[in-house]
Order: sequence, then structure tokens, then C-alpha cells
Amino acid sequence: MKVFVIGSGPIVIGQAAEFDYAGSQACRALREEGCEVVLLNSNPATIMTDLGMADRLYIEPLNVEFCERIIARERPDALLPTLGGQTGLNLATQLADAGILEKYGVRTLGTPLSAIKMAEDRSSFRGLMREIKEPVPESWIIQTPDELQDLLDVAPYPCIIRPAYTLGGTGGGIANSREELWEIGNNGLKLSMRSQIMVERSLLGWKEVEYEVMRDSAGNCITICNMENLDPMGVHTGDSIVVAPSQTLSDVEYHMLRSASLRIIQSLGIEGGCNVQLAVNPDSFDYYVIEVNPRVSRSSALASKATGYPIARVAAKIALGKTLDEIENQVTGSTKACFEPALDYCVVKIPRWPFDKFTTGDRTLFTQMKATGEVMAIDRTFEDALMKAIRGLEVKTKDLRHTKFMGDPSEGIPPMPDDELKEMVRKPTDERLWALAEALRRDWGVDEVNRISRVDRWFLHKILGILEKEMSPSADPVSFKMVDTCAGEFESSTPYYYSTHELVGDQVAAPSHIC
Amino acid sequence: MDRFLLLSDGTVFKGRSLGAEGSTSGEVVFNTGMTGYQEILTDPSYAGQMVILTYPLIGNYGINEDDFESDRIQPTSLIVHEACESPSNWRSRQTLHELLVERGIVAIQGIDTRALTKHIRSKGVTLGAIADTQKEAESILSGAPSYDELDFVYQVTTRRAYKWGPAGRESIETEDDPKRPRLVVLDCGLKYNILRRFWAAGCRPIVLPATTPADEILDWQPDGILLSPGPGDPQRLKPVIETVKSLLGERPIFGICLGNQLLCHAVGGHTYKLKFGHRGSNHPVKDLKTGQVTITSQNHGYAVHQDSLKGTAAVVTQLNLNDGTVEGIECPDYQARSIQYHPEAAPGPWDSRPYFAQFVQEMSSRRL
Repeated sequence: MKVFVIGSGPIVIGQAAEFDYAGSQACRALREEGCEVVLLNSNPATIMTDLGMADRLYIEPLNVEFCERIIARERPDALLPTLGGQTGLNLATQLADAGILEKYGVRTLGTPLSAIKMAEDRSSFRGLMREIKEPVPESWIIQTPDELQDLLDVAPYPCIIRPAYTLGGTGGGIANSREELWEIGNNGLKLSMRSQIMVERSLLGWKEVEYEVMRDSAGNCITICNMENLDPMGVHTGDSIVVAPSQTLSDVEYHMLRSASLRIIQSLGIEGGCNVQLAVNPDSFDYYVIEVNPRVSRSSALASKATGYPIARVAAKIALGKTLDEIENQVTGSTKACFEPALDYCVVKIPRWPFDKFTTGDRTLFTQMKATGEVMAIDRTFEDALMKAIRGLEVKTKDLRHTKFMGDPSEGIPPMPDDELKEMVRKPTDERLWALAEALRRDWGVDEVNRISRVDRWFLHKILGILEKEMSPSADPVSFKMVDTCAGEFESSTPYYYSTHELVGDQVAAPSHIC
Repeated sequence: MDRFLLLSDGTVFKGRSLGAEGSTSGEVVFNTGMTGYQEILTDPSYAGQMVILTYPLIGNYGINEDDFESDRIQPTSLIVHEACESPSNWRSRQTLHELLVERGIVAIQGIDTRALTKHIRSKGVTLGAIADTQKEAESILSGAPSYDELDFVYQVTTRRAYKWGPAGRESIETEDDPKRPRLVVLDCGLKYNILRRFWAAGCRPIVLPATTPADEILDWQPDGILLSPGPGDPQRLKPVIETVKSLLGERPIFGICLGNQLLCHAVGGHTYKLKFGHRGSNHPVKDLKTGQVTITSQNHGYAVHQDSLKGTAAVVTQLNLNDGTVEGIECPDYQARSIQYHPEAAPGPWDSRPYFAQFVQEMSSRRL
């Protein structure tokens, strides 16, 4: 079978080169299954465009016109759209909509485009979620003061008010009570050019948790990994410090959210990988489904590296119609891909932002991703993994000290005043981790820092512990342990290791993948 | 304070104290689940065992009031890499250490649990002892009885019969709602969540001691019988196996875990001990009829011998995708079936929950 793969194009802000990783894995997997791969990518500075990754390679613009010319020339049997990120997916959708796929008899592999549209269209997705009784944050479109009056009794507080068609969102805000909703809402209606506001439940301060899940055409569903964001809701997950697996969810909560994620991919009919983002109330069992990425995403790349489970490779094989129990677990060599990885270590991801290059850029983090890359560290404790990740960032500081907050007497820099520090603890920026540390160093206490930042106490206690132990990067790791997907339960031969302070390491087979 | 774990092959692991003062011994096993320590600690199937948790950060979300699976700590000890001193979760009421101290459980932390797990994986489960000195551990271990020679079921089963209702345990005298089919549960080491799930599925669980004879069970006029999970070697439970034999064909029977092994013995099959068991929340099981694979929660050290079922009333219905061991059997002539894994989860995935409703459905249809 001849398969057309659309690459990810240029690496831009808001990506971490994850699509090149996924696309390369997929090309290898397709060829392993005997497919002839025709690859299109406009970006030659990628692994997937290396000679030998595809059978036929086109370095051309990623648009409908060039795609059609390639399809006409190569006459592929199928198109695999879900491994080139949003760019590849959008292009595949355009090709389908333009009737080009039909014209040349090209079928799409993996998750059907209709399922992708369902997941990406806000209103149809919300409809599906209601059908399967999965909660989505309530929202209302309000156009008159009368409608606003009716909403006062039913709105969940706090709620966010967003006026439609105003410049830069002027007139919006957060209402904590009926009175505030009435006031902000009426103001918003006046300011909106079309006299329209959207009122939505506010999830600020809730925990953000993600599940990386897979489904095959036979309906087998598994979770590869879950991840918990250190930053609460409000920051794009790509700009958030993320830990895998989740640390503060009990077994009941973990599996409640896992079941929800699996119900969602089952109902969408995903065939391949998928990422489900959830907001979790830190004080109850309440949660909301925030978003679903019906394809291999940045999170999949992270989950892959965090667990050792080759998500893109398996997704490519699923797209060819194989079921999870037919695909081998390459890591152990003796088990199947149909299982859920067990981690016996902790993974910390910290985004890498370009603010050292763009010194005047706004460092505030919100829902639009600003990071251009990320570091991932693995170790047996959160503290060790966090410190390793900080060193990996290659920023000025190598630990939790930062002169911006602590000051530097030798340079005549005074410590940041408390009120300014408080603002830096509250507001998500690329430097918040160090602000949190400084606040804890000043003995504000875990509860107070939690109240201001809404960062879970578990993380704050760990940061405090690092400060108390004065942990520095001087202690050299003494052994390498293996990322084996199964917490040591089965013998594995994968050459993928992380360094740690424990004395007993795993036998190092080949020094290729040292983390 | 230093604390030592000594294995029967002489291997010593040095760690730090966790939980109560003193010393203890048991069969050393490992569980690969990343959550669920509270459920594991109160699961009666861990009686007589010292449980290694392979996930290194344990106790993060503390101990709460709802997630106990029985009213005591069942394993003799817990072996972890790091026990969290400052847990964070809205339901947390105490730390792991506080619970262990309160219940007098001697545990150990600071252990390289990966190295230990790999040791158990290659040598098989073995006896171990934990004490504050190596010498004391040696003396404890030399006096420790072999795990396979103990009858744990008779220790963990309920002493008195009781019923289960919306708020939990009720007196055996409590009236029944005639609309709810009656499920007699033969308690060999029950987890509360089995009863919670059966109640939620619409039946009335009546829990009887494992030693209850067949005629007494039938006196309750049950619509179905559950053979519960439980600890230890099923071959030692001859009287219970005889009971199950007499019940075959009398009522629909459903078995979970040890219940699967009891059903196997009742039809004349046999069981064997696995090298290091299945304990975790990620075991894939394939249904041979549908081809569907389900991720399951498991905790067992013994397994049904597949070949031993040839020519018996039982057929194998499900297999473990990892090692091909038997995960489910069925006796079509007797309306009896069982699974080796835990549909009640707690801890673990909820994917097998439909079993409860299915069995209650079967029980109800029998009443009509």
C-alpha cells in the first residue's frame, strides 16, 4: 500500500518540534508494515525528511495545490492525516472538502475526518459530551438585560464574562456574585458592538489534568499516561510545568478521570492517539472536560518519552487496521502494546520560553502558548527530577535561586519587595517557579502561597523541602535506571535510561538514549 | 532510624523506619499500580504479605475516610521508596505514616524498590523480615512460618453473617426489599467495594463466613452466590471447595479472584503458584469470545491450570495477554462463571464494572 504522509511544516512558537518526532516514528512504522511512504514536508530541517525515512520525499509548500499535484503524480492509496499536527490535519480536511481525496480514490487512515471535526467543533463536541453525560463548563450567550436578569439565579459563581466584538476584551471580567454579574454583564452589553456577552463558569484555580489515550478500530481503549499540571487552570498546558504521573489524585479520582477519557474516545471513534484535558476541582469530585486533541500532539510526544511507550508508532499501526493486542511492545519484546505503562519514577517537564531572546516580550502566561521548546527530566523523586529539569533549561539559574527575587548584595540588587513578589506568585509567568520558591524562603507558608497562586500544596511542600535541604546540583548521580514501561515487572531490553542517586542501576545495554 | 529488610536468600536492603516500632515478616510481593495504596493496605488478599509498591512516591494524597476496603490493615508490612510527609488532597485526614502507627504496622521506606522488585521478579516471591537491626531480622525470619502453609482465609473471613445496604454493613436481622434479588456472598476475604458495586447494581448482598455449609447457604434462598476473593493457596481450602461443589447447579454462581480458583477446584481442575504473581492496575485480559481486550486490576499469586480443566465442566473464557494465564472460566451446565481479576477495582481501572449489573441481571431473570 502506498501511503501519503503530510509533515508538520515549519517549527513555530507554540510547538516543541513534536510533530517531526511523531511523523518520523510513523514513517518508520508504516515502512515496517510494508507500506510505501510518500512524504510531503516544507521544512527540510527535520528528521522526517532525512533520506531513508520515506520512499518518496517532496519538499514543497504545504497547501492544497501542491498536495493535489503530488497525489496526481503518486496516486497513493491512502492518506495518514493525524501525525503531522494541526497543519497536516487541516490540510487533510481541506483536501477532503475540496473533493480531491475522492477524485483520486485516496482513503484516509486512522481516525475518520468526521470524528476529528466532531472533536474540534465546539458546539458539536459539547453536544456529544452532553449525550454521554460528560460535563463541559456551562456557558451562555446573553444579548439583553432581561436575559442577564434570568441568568443571575442559575449562573455558577465565579463566572467569566466576555463581551463579544470588543477590542482586546474590554468590559470583561470575573463575577463572584449576582451583584457583580449584573454590573459587569450590563457594562459588557453596552461595550459590545453587537450587544452580546458570553458568560462561562470560571475554572481558575482548578487542577489541570491530561490523559493520553489510544483506541483501535476494534474498540480496545487504553491510557498511556496521565499528567498533572503544576500550574492550575488558566495557563496553556504547553506553557505549564507538568508532572507525570499525576501526584495529588487518589485512586478513585485517577480512575474516574481515566474512565471519562476512555468514554470520550470511544464515543468519538478515535483510531489512534488522543489527548483529553480536564479541569478538576481541588476540593471535590467535580471535573469538566476542557478539550480533546483527536491526534498525536505535543502531549503525546511528552507522554511517549515519559513512559517509553511509542505512541506515534502504535498510532500509525492502528491506522493501518492493526489492533492493540496484535502490536508488539517493542520495549519489553515479550508483551503486547495493549497495556498501560506503569512508571516507577517521576517525570517533570518545564517549558522553555524565548524571553531571553525576546527581552521585551510580555512574560505573562495564559491560554496562548508562548514556549518554543521544553525540557523533560526523569528521576526517582519529584525533587531530583525538578532540579534536573531546571538545569536542563540552560537559563541563568541552576537551582531555585533567582537574583530577580532574592536580590544580590554583591551586585547591589535588593530583594524584591513583598508586594511585588506577591504579584509574581499570583501571576503565571515563566519565572513563577522561582517566585514561589522565594515566597516559601521568606516563610510565607505553604497555605498562604497556595492561596495566592493556587498551586497545589503538594508541589509547594516539595519546593520547600528542596529549600530546606539546600539541594544543589553538586551531588553526582551514581547509576542509570531503565525506562521499561512496566516498573520492572518484565525483563526489558530497551536502551532508554535516566540517571539517579540510587546505588543499583540497570544493566546498560547501549549508551544511545541517556536521559 | 535505620531499618532492614532481609530476604530468605540472605539479601539485605537497608532503609529507614516507617510506621510502628518493632519487627515483622511475610511473603514479599510487589504491586505496580501508581495509585491505590490505601485500598491495597486494606485488601484482605494481602494477608501475610509484605507489599512493595513500585511507584516511588507513596502517600501523596494521604489517607481518607472512604477508601478503606476492610476494617483493618491486611498486609504485614509495606515497603516503599518514599513516604510522603505532607500529603495534599481534599479528602486526606492523616498521613500514611500516621495510619501505620495507629494500626501498629511496621513498615520500611528509603528502599530501592526497583532493585528489590527486579530481585523478586528473577528469584520469585520469597519470605522476608523487617526489623531495626539485621540481627533481629535474621531471628524473625528464621522463626517465620512458610506463607504456603498458612490458612489465611479463616483469619480474614467475617465471624458473623451480615447484610449490606446503602450505608454499608447492616445487621443480619434487617428486613430485605423483596424487589432486590438476594446475593449470598461467601466471604473468603472480601473488599467492601464488591458489596458497594453489587448494591449499586440492584441486589441485596448477604455476607456469610467462608465456613458456612452449602445447606445453610441455600436456606437463605439466594438468587445468586458470589465466591469472593481472598488470600493464600486455594488448594488448602478443601471444605470450601466441597461447599462450592454442592452449590454447583443449585444457583447461578459468580467468582472473583480466589473465587475463580475455587470454581476451578470444584469442577476438578487445579491451581499452581505463579513465580511473582499479578499485582497491579494494568493487566490486559483478552475475552476469547469477543476478542476484546480489557485493562484490569489484579492481585493474585496463584492461577488456574489451563490443561487441568480439560474434560471438566469448565471452559476457559479469558486469557492474560501478557503471559497467557487463565483469567476467566465458565461452566455452562451449572450457570457458573468466574474471573481472576477484580471488576470492583479499588484500586485500578473501572473497565470491568459491567460484570456487576450483568450478574444481577442473570439473578433477576432467574426469579421471574
